[in-house]
Amino acid sequence: MSRKSFLGKSIVSIKDLTREDLDIIFEEADKMEQIIKSNKKPLDGKILAALFMEPSTRTRLSFEAAMHHLGGSVITVSDPKSSSAVKGESLSDTIRTVENYCDIIAIRHPLEGSARLAAEFSRVPILNGGSGAEEHPTQALLDLYTLLKELKTVEGKSIAMVGDLKYGRTIHSLAYILSKYNAVKLYFVSPPSLRIKAEIKNDLKEAGIEFHEVESLSEVIPLVDAIYMTRIQKERFPQEAEYEKVKDAYVLTKELLTFAKGPIPVLHPLPRVNEISYDVDDTKHAVYFKQMYNGVLVRMALLNLILGGEVK
Amino acid sequence: MAKKSNSSELKVSKIKEGTVIDHVDAGMALIVLEMLGITGREGTVATLSMNVVSKKTGRKDIVKIENRFLEYTEINQIALISPNATINEIKNFTVVKKFDVQLPEVIVGFPKCINPRCITNAREPQVQTYYVKSVDPLKIRCKYCNTNMDKNDVVKQLTKYSGITK
Repeated sequence: MSRKSFLGKSIVSIKDLTREDLDIIFEEADKMEQIIKSNKKPLDGKILAALFMEPSTRTRLSFEAAMHHLGGSVITVSDPKSSSAVKGESLSDTIRTVENYCDIIAIRHPLEGSARLAAEFSRVPILNGGSGAEEHPTQALLDLYTLLKELKTVEGKSIAMVGDLKYGRTIHSLAYILSKYNAVKLYFVSPPSLRIKAEIKNDLKEAGIEFHEVESLSEVIPLVDAIYMTRIQKERFPQEAEYEKVKDAYVLTKELLTFAKGPIPVLHPLPRVNEISYDVDDTKHAVYFKQMYNGVLVRMALLNLILGGEVK
Repeated sequence: MAKKSNSSELKVSKIKEGTVIDHVDAGMALIVLEMLGITGREGTVATLSMNVVSKKTGRKDIVKIENRFLEYTEINQIALISPNATINEIKNFTVVKKFDVQLPEVIVGFPKCINPRCITNAREPQVQTYYVKSVDPLKIRCKYCNTNMDKNDVVKQLTKYSGITK
């Protein structure tokens, strides 16, 4: 694989990317900060269609900002109610229409497998911005990019993933992407009802990844090199009493972090509710807002690689 | 000298023309018939043997269908629920072709994905596609939503299919 092999390629699933692909994407992302600071417009004249058929703030804005930074322009469907899907149009028809207006499509759709179907129908490349509860590859890429920037390497590192591990798609994608690196040790911290799915555990076992399932966050903090927090979603619990039991077990505070090995990074895909207390924001641990900035760099890298933007 | 009859040996008459599906997993013969759309009401002549003794697998079913030869897709479907089955094509009382069913690496068009949130269950022109992860026990994975399905998931759909079990 080389930089050129990304030309015209769709990014549907993390599983389609090799370790070498990841290196190319992150190398490109490192160069994007220069583009932001300069007046270079490597994608001048190119158009991104942001087709968001499910609500999104961060992902859509981040894709749009990325395209603007590269000198391209953006057309957007941001309100699913205003799209023709409401009139009953199939996704395949929508794609075969929108492809005529743009050079690349970033799509979010509520159904699983939607991005793969879109890529099969589309003449222009597709970037998956979230397909149901299944995949969110650009999130996983920016999470990993952030971990790599903070830790230098993830090989030989222990990483805790905390919260809703059952339904959180960011967790699934991140666990998969980390399995491409050697000797990563994962700690899955969740209440029993929100444990990571058996299918994903099987895949991790096949990939030879060491992982442990635990319930206590405080026990894990001294053991890990990074913490990835997620929101516990109240609506997922069949009984509110169950939620009440666990919600405070996963509040990461400045005090709890004093038990950490050192200034270990704390990541979060956001939005947060109360799982990271505000007193963590001013510490060296807090990288979750930096993570959002990295999201722009990673999405710029993908757009630039796929659309063949020059970087000098 | 006449051969001594063995009570555990199977006695089924030969067919002149058609297909014999042998080594069907024990208890699956009726499902194989359903899958092939054979109800009996259309007049097909078919003979079933269920749970008979098999040297290879202990117990097996046998399905004989007269004047019918199977399509490639039908053979793939049988492989899904009975991976050890063999197909014998008979012409003029003679086996003219005999082969084992074999699941391809990719199955297209059948069954339905069990994930209701899968795009293949929406109104799209795309057909179901699965990667075969394991043949026995069966494990297939949806190309689109990555949901795994096992033999039971496939069988459940087949018995609902023609409504015979209603």
